[in-house]
Formats: sequence, structure tokens, C-alpha cells
Amino acid sequence: MAQLDTRQKLGILADAAKYDASCASSGTAKRDSRDGKGIGSTEGMGICHAYAPDGRCISLLKILLTNSCIFDCHYCINRKSSNVRRARFTAQEVVQLTLSFYRRNYIEGLFLSSGIIGSSNYTMEQLVEVARSLREDHHFRGYIHLKTIPDADPELVHQAGLYADRVSINVELPTVSGLKRLAPEKDEKRIEGAMADNKTAIIDNKDARKKYKSAPRFAPAGQSTQMIVGADAATDGDIVRRASTLYDQFGLRRVYYSAFSPIPDASAVLPLQRPPLMREHRLYQSDWLMRFYDYRPDEVVAAADEATGMLPLDIDPKLAWALKFRDRFPVDVNQAPREMLLRVPGLGVKAVNAMLASRRWRRLRLDDVARLTVSVAKLRPFIVTEDWRPVLLTDKADLKPLVAPKKQQLELFAA
Amino acid sequence: MRVVTLPRPDDFDAWRDAARGLIADQVPADEVVWQVGDVPTDLFAGEAVAHAPPPPSSAFSVPRPFIDLARTVVQASEPERFCLLYTLLTRLRREPGLIEDRADPLVRRLDTLAKGVRRDMHKMRAFLRFREVQDAEGARFVAWFEPENHIVRANAAFFVNRFASMRWSILTPEVSLHWDGKALSEGPGATRADAPDGDPVEEVWKTYYANIFNPARVKIGAMLKEMPRKYWKNMPETQLVPQLIAGAQARESRMIETARTEIGGNSLAAWEALRDEAAACTRCHLYKHATQTVFGEGSVDSTMMFVGEQPGDNEDLAGKPFIGPAGQVFDRALAEAGIDRSRAYVTNAVKHFKFEQRGKRRIHSKPGAGEIDACRWWIEQERMLVQPQVTVALGATAARSLLGRVVTIGRERGRPMPLADGGQALITVHPSFLLRLPDEEAKRVEYTRFVEDLKAAHALLA
Repeated sequence: MAQLDTRQKLGILADAAKYDASCASSGTAKRDSRDGKGIGSTEGMGICHAYAPDGRCISLLKILLTNSCIFDCHYCINRKSSNVRRARFTAQEVVQLTLSFYRRNYIEGLFLSSGIIGSSNYTMEQLVEVARSLREDHHFRGYIHLKTIPDADPELVHQAGLYADRVSINVELPTVSGLKRLAPEKDEKRIEGAMADNKTAIIDNKDARKKYKSAPRFAPAGQSTQMIVGADAATDGDIVRRASTLYDQFGLRRVYYSAFSPIPDASAVLPLQRPPLMREHRLYQSDWLMRFYDYRPDEVVAAADEATGMLPLDIDPKLAWALKFRDRFPVDVNQAPREMLLRVPGLGVKAVNAMLASRRWRRLRLDDVARLTVSVAKLRPFIVTEDWRPVLLTDKADLKPLVAPKKQQLELFAA
Repeated sequence: MRVVTLPRPDDFDAWRDAARGLIADQVPADEVVWQVGDVPTDLFAGEAVAHAPPPPSSAFSVPRPFIDLARTVVQASEPERFCLLYTLLTRLRREPGLIEDRADPLVRRLDTLAKGVRRDMHKMRAFLRFREVQDAEGARFVAWFEPENHIVRANAAFFVNRFASMRWSILTPEVSLHWDGKALSEGPGATRADAPDGDPVEEVWKTYYANIFNPARVKIGAMLKEMPRKYWKNMPETQLVPQLIAGAQARESRMIETARTEIGGNSLAAWEALRDEAAACTRCHLYKHATQTVFGEGSVDSTMMFVGEQPGDNEDLAGKPFIGPAGQVFDRALAEAGIDRSRAYVTNAVKHFKFEQRGKRRIHSKPGAGEIDACRWWIEQERMLVQPQVTVALGATAARSLLGRVVTIGRERGRPMPLADGGQALITVHPSFLLRLPDEEAKRVEYTRFVEDLKAAHALLA
């Protein structure tokens, strides 16, 4: 086989990396390169430098070091039994690519993962070497996200955390039985054990930094994980509960959901179909409800259909919850506490904050609410203002058509 | 009428000085005309006021959030911005709390302007692209960007912090910024022609862009929302977008088609793994009382699939489908229709036994729509593995599971219909219906019809 050049390898190893949904570059420590020594900066907020036609943001150079792998996970394009073309970057090739993209303002940094080659330790060493070279040889102050390998030596994983802003390990599937079927060589206990180790390291580091300001930071942007949706038998209820356990148990910053999408050269164990993109979207919305809107996991699950455990696809989970628990509405925007205002479908966190600030000075009217939101028509059944009371509307049996989004003819490429 | 001339469109300090003077003179907002540089004054212009620092005695305090808001809003392209800010300032003199009333029309208007400015700044940080050129001192990076608001100066610190060790220039129509590695300098506005027209690394970047895109999940709306077309002209990778979208559907279909036609060999292993996963199914509540999951069985590469309703008492205990009294009727009818059950695939729409306990007996209870829907996931997986040419739905529950709608057997029986996931379906009665008929003659007639339906299904095989 002819030798591959860097650009050909990039094609193969970016293609191999695209099934990892995470591309966040936010929430890390503030850095800059004003000392003129290296390059790069990070602020609180990440930056998406481009968007692909799949709607996903491109913030980081997301690649694998190699797509060769000794594992045979059926959902994965890089599994041992796949006929996909293999390639491998040297650590220096990745370093140079990252720097040349960064200098042109294409990216916020690097998200590096790898197939398992040789042993777990060997693979982890290679990943750490890239991060080390970027940080120490080139004083790179941009963002680095490293995938850590569950079975690797804890000392290596620890080093990864010292160079990286974020570390992650994918739980892959929401159910244990799904993992057994689709990733027979992976083990839930080992994955969770490694996540627990990361959590401990992150917490210990926070304590150390309270005592010694100079203690090196360990993964300041925390750890995250990913679950594939639609490849095993998990219902939305199962996934929401699992995600909430993961958040609590391992102190995760994010749980990503990735709708299982067709891959070239699929395994017979996992038949292909169109990815459930709307379902993925609803799960992200439910994730938002738990993280920013003070919903408990069992409240989100209550928005799902009781028999099937699935969230509705035609309306968002917040509206579904409101339609199911009508007795909690209407909410008086001039009196209700913050947590109840957050439950009103159509009111976001910003609008609620603005209302709380405004009502300290005067009583809000419907016009005021209209100015702060996108569609007051959809809100009206759920709120009371100085000049508005939805007398019968809230109790109307057929409220849903009034507030649900209009059905649209499907586009050729619609999700 | 007073005319205030500000030296630059984003000059907050000049606006503040002028506003202080105007407040000191108690000039109402509608008697001030604001203008930038040499832009001609409007028709009703009166006496022009040169920009001068106000007397120190005129200092007064305003709420901190107003200063933050004003600093951002002066960068907006909206011509009315100075007037709007001054109007708010005059109102704040009377009611300082107004700044917290985010629903007030004027505050809201200014908030919206500020939001637009912040978004524009963020998009400049995101979408600006440097191109490398060589000059006498080595490598220099030059970018051409067209912001919508007057944000370039305010955004300079970001680029200095990030690219302090590089020498770079940012060229925009209004102003240019130059960083020599130590100090920032400002130059006049530029044109696109002043910027370099390419960089070899852009081809590498485009390779990345094309390959990180997943053609199986096209979401054009989501892309456009965050990366509107107006930014595309200065981003090299966006040239690829039309061809990526155009090729996406074909690429996805090819993947699915290849998977359908070229896979074989280990479908038995796949089926066994699926059956093992189903043994732990908790997708609906039926698992709580049933003995076990009763999965389908038979030949995984069969051309015929039979779908029943749900396991009964016997099946629940044995863990195999169609072995009770109805199963015996089914076996006899299959044999008469000339179908070898061992070469077919037999399964149920619902895989757990639903029953009511009456004394010691467990009485069959019909599965509900929710239970059928919850269990459909399994039958879809089974169908994707087996890919039968003909699927026979035995009874209304099976028909509902396969077609996703309520089916009246009497009306749709025996008529082949295409299925969304491939192959044809044929609907007939469930064998237990034959057992329940009280009248022997009716039993005989219905049994014959059932056998005829099975024969018809068999005949559909190509």
C-alpha cells in the first residue's frame, strides 16, 4: 500500500472520529499568551469556528491518533472486523496540524481519541505524548480534550488530566445488556471505575488548589461521557435516569447523546437505519431541563408516555410536562417563584431572569411578557399577568393544538 | 436643536462626555442630533457642539449596569443608538431603578442592540480566518473580515491574547488592526483586495471539514442558524457545503443498502446477542409479572416470518413461542399449507405474557397499544436481521405492530401489502380465534380459510 500523506490520513482519521458528539471547548480555566512565549487562549465560553451541514459545531480538531483497533464493537466504524482503510498519525503530525489550524483561527484546540493498538497503556502513552508536546514544547494554551482509556495505568490517565482541559470516557450504551451485545470486550464496571477515578482526581485537585495556588490543574473543564441512542433497547425513561445517575455519581459536566447513525461497512449485529435525530434532540432538551430548569429526573420521566417510556416527538418535553400537569398552571408572572416561572413552556432562563428583575419595579402586563419572549400566543394559556387571565383556556381539553408547533411538510433532508 | 459630533462611530468616551454636558444643561433628548465624523447633519440641524470634556462640576452617578450597556450599544450599527442611550440616561436621572426593568420598551430595545453586538463579536472571533504570508521579517497572518457593527476595536484584545506571539493584521472596511508581536496599531479601512487570496493550509482544513461531516444526519437548518450565509464568503470551508449536501443522501442510502445486501455470515450470532439482550427487557411493565421474555425462534435467514400476539401460559413457562393449544393448531395448519415451520421464523408482537390472576389460573389479557409500541423495537430488530420476503400477521395485535395502525381483520385479511422496511405483509386471524369458536361447523370453515391464507402467503414467495 502506498504511503499516505498527512492530508489523506487526516481524511481517514477525521472520518473515524465524527461519531463522537462532544465538541465543547467551554468551562475551562482562563489562559492567554500575552507573555509572547506560546500560542492560544481560553475564555469561559467556547467558540464554534464552523458548522458542518449536519448541524454540528466544529470547535476542535477532532481526530483519532489511529483508527486501528483490537476491539470489535459493533456500532463502531473502527472495529477490528471492519474493512475501513486504516491510518496512523505520529504524535508530531498531530501537533503540527493542531498548531497550523490554530494559527489560522480555524479551531479552539484539539480533541484527540484513538483506537486501541498494542495495549491500553501504549495507546494512552501516545495520546499523552501529543498533549505533552503541545503544552511543553510549544506552550500551547488552547483547549485540549483527551479521551482516556479505561484499562490504562492510572498514572498515565493522571498525566493526561494534567495536560488536558477535559478528559472523557464513553459509557457507549445506556444499558448493560446493550453494552454486552454491542461492545462485548467493554465492561461497564471498568468504564465506571475509570470515571470514578477521574472524579476523585478532579476533586482532589480542587482541594489541593485551595491550599496551594501553584498546584497544577487537573482537567479544569471536568469530564464528560457519551451514550449512543437507538442501538439498544433503552427507552427515553431509561436514558434520562441513567444520565442523571451518571451526573450525580461521577460529577460529569456533560452527558452527550449520539443518535446511532449508519456507518460504512456495518456489522450484521447492528442493522442500519436512519438515525433517530428527533429523539436525540428531545433527549438533549430533557437534559437541559435537568441542568438549567430544576426538573428532577423523575419529573422528566413523567413527561414520557407511561406505557412506552418514550418522550413525545412532536412536542418538547417541557410542553409535554405542562400539558400533563395542568393543575400547576396558570402561573402568575407577578408572584410565582422562579422555579415555577421556569416551568412555563416558552419561558427561558433569560426571560425569567428579566421578569424577576422587572417585577421588583412594577407589575407586568401581557405586553411586557411579549417583549421578552418569542411567542406570547403559546404562553398565554399558562400565565396570569396584570391584564390577562386565561379563564377557560388552561382547562380546555384540546389545548395541545393551540400551543404545539404546526406540523410541517417534511423536507427532503429534514431531521 | 443641538448637534453633537462624535469622532468615531464606537467612541463611548466621547459620547459620555457629551452626554454629561447635555445633562448638566438639562437638554431634553429630542433636542439633540448625534452624528459621527463628517456625516452631513440633517435638515433641522442647529448649533454644532464640538466634542469637549464637560466641566468637572457636572459629574453625576448612573447605575453601573447602564455604563456596561452603553459601552456595548455604542458599537451597534443602529444610527439611533446615541439618541436612545441619551434618552434612557435622561429617564434614569428621574428613576434610577428603570435600568433593572428589562421589560421596559426602551431598555428592551437597547438590550436587543447589545445582544446583536455581542453576537457579532462572538461570530468575528469564530469565523475570522487568517492567511499566512511571508514578508521581510518572516511569517505574517492577515485576515479580511466584514463585521456588521463597529466592534473591531473592542474585539482587538481577544486576538492579542490569543495570537500574541504571531505578527498579524485584521483588515475590515472601517478600520485595520496590526499587531507586531509587541504593540497594536490602527490603520485606515481596507478592501478585500488588500488581503491575501489564499493559503495552502486551507486545502487541508477543507479535507477536515468534509470528513468530519456525517452525511447520515443532515440538518441544514441547524447549520444556518449558527452560521448564516452572510458569513460564508470569507470562510474557505463553506465552498464545500453545496456538494456535501448534494451527496449526503446518496451516501447514506448506499451505506444502508450495502449493509442490507452484503452482510451475512454472522447474522446468527447477531440474533443470539439480540435474544440475550431481550431477556433483560424492561421497556414496559409486563416483565414484572411474566416468567421470562419469549423471543422469536426459527431460521434467521428465513424468507417467511410469522408474528403472533403474545406468549400464553405455556409459552411463558417454556420460553418458546407457539407451543400451547393455539400453537398446535398453528403447526397443523402450517403443515397442511405445505410450510416447514423449522425453516420459518416465528415470533410475537409482544414478548412478555400479560395475564390476570384468577385463583390459581392465569387468564390471558390483551396487550394495550402502549405495550405493543414498547415492544415494537424488538420486532423491528428481528425484521432487520431476518429480512423476510413475506410476513404473516396473525391477528389484530400483530397487524397493529407491523403496520403501526389499528387494523380490522375482516376488511384487510388476505390482501398483500408492502411494508415500510421491505417485503410484503399478509393479515389473517390468530389461531386462538379458531379455538374460541363455539360452533364446530364454523370452526371447520374458519380453519380452512386460515390454511388458505397461509397457502396464499407461501405463494407470495418469489
